[in-house]
Amino acid sequence: MAKELWKGNEAVAQAAIRAGCKYFFGYPITPQNEIPEYFSKHLPLVGGCFIQAESEIAAINMVYGAAGSGARVMTSSSSPGISLKQEGITYIACAELPAVIVNMMRGGPGLGNIAPSQADYFQATRGGGNGDYRTVVLAPATIQEAADLVQEAFDIADYYRNPVVVLADGMIGQMMEAIEWRDPKKRELPQKTWAANGTFDKREHNIINSLFIDAGDCTVQNKKLEEKYRAITQNEIRYDLSGDEEPEVVLVAYGTTSRIARAACIQLKEKGIKASLFRPITLWPFPEKALHDEAQKPSVKAVVTVEMSMGQMVDDVKIAVNGIKPVEFFGTGGGTIPTPQQIVQKIVTVVGGK
Amino acid sequence: MTHEIIISGFGGQGVMAIGKSIAEAGMKEGMDVSWLPSYGPEMRGGTANCSVVLSHNPIISPLVQNPTELIAMNKPSLIKFEPAVTAGGLILVNSSIIEIKTTRTDVTSAYIPCLEIATELGNLKVANMVMLGAYIEATKVVSVETIREMLVHMFTGPKAALVELNIEALRRGAACIK
Amino acid sequence: MAIVYQKSKALTDAELHYCPGCTHGIIHKLVAETLEELGIIGTTVGIAPVGCSVFAYNYFTCDMMEAAHGRAPAVATGVKRTHPDLSVFTYQGDGDLAAIGTAEIVHAAMRGEKITTIFVNNAIYGMTGGQMAPTTLVGQKATTAPYGRQKEHYGSPIRMCEMLSTIDGCTYAERVTVTDVANVVKAKKAIKKAFTLQQQGAGFTFVEVLSTCPTNWGLSPLKAIDWLKDNMIPYYPLGVYANRTEEAK
Repeated sequence: MAKELWKGNEAVAQAAIRAGCKYFFGYPITPQNEIPEYFSKHLPLVGGCFIQAESEIAAINMVYGAAGSGARVMTSSSSPGISLKQEGITYIACAELPAVIVNMMRGGPGLGNIAPSQADYFQATRGGGNGDYRTVVLAPATIQEAADLVQEAFDIADYYRNPVVVLADGMIGQMMEAIEWRDPKKRELPQKTWAANGTFDKREHNIINSLFIDAGDCTVQNKKLEEKYRAITQNEIRYDLSGDEEPEVVLVAYGTTSRIARAACIQLKEKGIKASLFRPITLWPFPEKALHDEAQKPSVKAVVTVEMSMGQMVDDVKIAVNGIKPVEFFGTGGGTIPTPQQIVQKIVTVVGGK
Repeated sequence: MTHEIIISGFGGQGVMAIGKSIAEAGMKEGMDVSWLPSYGPEMRGGTANCSVVLSHNPIISPLVQNPTELIAMNKPSLIKFEPAVTAGGLILVNSSIIEIKTTRTDVTSAYIPCLEIATELGNLKVANMVMLGAYIEATKVVSVETIREMLVHMFTGPKAALVELNIEALRRGAACIK
Repeated sequence: MAIVYQKSKALTDAELHYCPGCTHGIIHKLVAETLEELGIIGTTVGIAPVGCSVFAYNYFTCDMMEAAHGRAPAVATGVKRTHPDLSVFTYQGDGDLAAIGTAEIVHAAMRGEKITTIFVNNAIYGMTGGQMAPTTLVGQKATTAPYGRQKEHYGSPIRMCEMLSTIDGCTYAERVTVTDVANVVKAKKAIKKAFTLQQQGAGFTFVEVLSTCPTNWGLSPLKAIDWLKDNMIPYYPLGVYANRTEEAK
């Protein structure tokens, strides 16, 4: 298929439609407005429905209702809007509903700004809502990957009956790249026999619920979720490893930052410093073992995490490296994108220049 | 060769469109391309710019710090980005509204009176196409034929007449490059 | 022996958890009878709120969802917009609908969502233990208004039927009560009308039912009925507030 030039936000929306998502509920916020705009134009043409809700809170609860009745559905927002959606996300997680949530991250905290940022890593991977729950978190670094992962996100959500977050940033949302449309790998998806979409007098009533008033029952539900999360951790971890095979330094970065880190790796090579780039694609489940293995290589002197935050993923990196090598951090908060030179400078101070 | 281009000007001058045209033409000619806009809270007015990368190799970062080519459609853009252009690079100046000259001696500069040419052609909207024609002539990064195919695809029906107007604008812009 | 009365098929065998004298049971019955009589148990999805009727999902035999506090109209929107052929209703109390969920109910009405909302107004937060609601009357005591609701401090109680009736998308809004047989009959008629209109494709339909809370009002069930008649009905008059149906035009 011929390559087409797509803006990130529009590619995300088109990918969802290609994946059979006919329903979108959202609320405007920069820098992701092209997503709802695209859906509002295209969903009526495929017999679907777009609703601009009165708030992010209403939007995520519309997603709950739609997902609960068995529909493929998604919502999108940017950082402050995702904060408002957290209530709905924890209900969706507990009620085990499949839904896709896209966060085009912007600078924070608070109202912050509309520049690209990665400061919602904690919120996405730790669960910004209450209770013990996990969302699968996919972090694309290119428009192609965003288009691929959004399509697959729906299958992962349906397969595990779990919300899936696609975590990108304003840069990926706003930029254009050439992409090829391709289908995700086929999965055998279970029938949605649990959906509340009318009994038609043929079965007992289905109940979509996150209330387990008896502590024993709630414990059972938590254990059930935990088992599911274990299965996801076993099956769905994804990462990309590139660069020198015997690196002195391992750079760890995801999404937009991984591209800048890759540029830094090339500059490091010119300086005679061997580096590899470890790029988690799933932020949860985090590719812990693979990163540990990379850090364990005898050539590795240090692991350096680069983020557009003041240091969030670095916690997971430290857990993965587990003290076998020093873990350093370089980050820019508040919507500033780091430059390759800044990263190189940091690494020179860590491993020493030649 | 990798072209890293910054196109900058006032909102409404068509700087985003110049960038998209270059990116799309590059893609059609088999290159890896990226287009990254600056985006601000204001919808209109103010200075807007976009970064375009064209490469025969996979693009690493879409961010352009040091452009190999700068297209300055207004004076603030020239002042802001001139120092960042790589040595041996190219600066194209919209001389219709930029009265100053470039100060760099290690780059090639060309001055394109976009508005005057567009006025002569009878449609001010093609001023950015004049600049695009100059850029393509100066860099040969893509062929005019590819742009023509894109124009034919874009302007159909009653708008089909705009194809030749735009082609003429490209030609007039190209003629400014010696 | 001939059966002269039996429980509606739209109700499960689960024992209701409501306090003695609470009128939720009657209202559940009226909704259930309506679903059965209209033959729509199998094609209805109900949305339970947070509050005393949080367990409503256990009591109706139609498919049910439990919503976050105040969000039932948004959840209902998600169901109805993806399944336009289903009947969808929300069952909400006054804390849920008139405080935390005000935005959701107003905008569901504005969009003319083809759903039916049963709004049970007992002028207090029941489940959490008798705190002040936006519908608590001036002077009425609550655990968070121990001196009685003061107008200077909290303003006057909100009248949802009147408010929603101003919205074009609200096809039908009626306030009823279930204090006696005559009123129960009227309430049933209103609920049935709302569901019937929804089936006919009308917009948002709303039935407010004035209800008692003997436990948190600190009154016997009978005295609670009297209190409702003496205090709530004068402030929340019964009647039809919006009727934008074809027959009304």
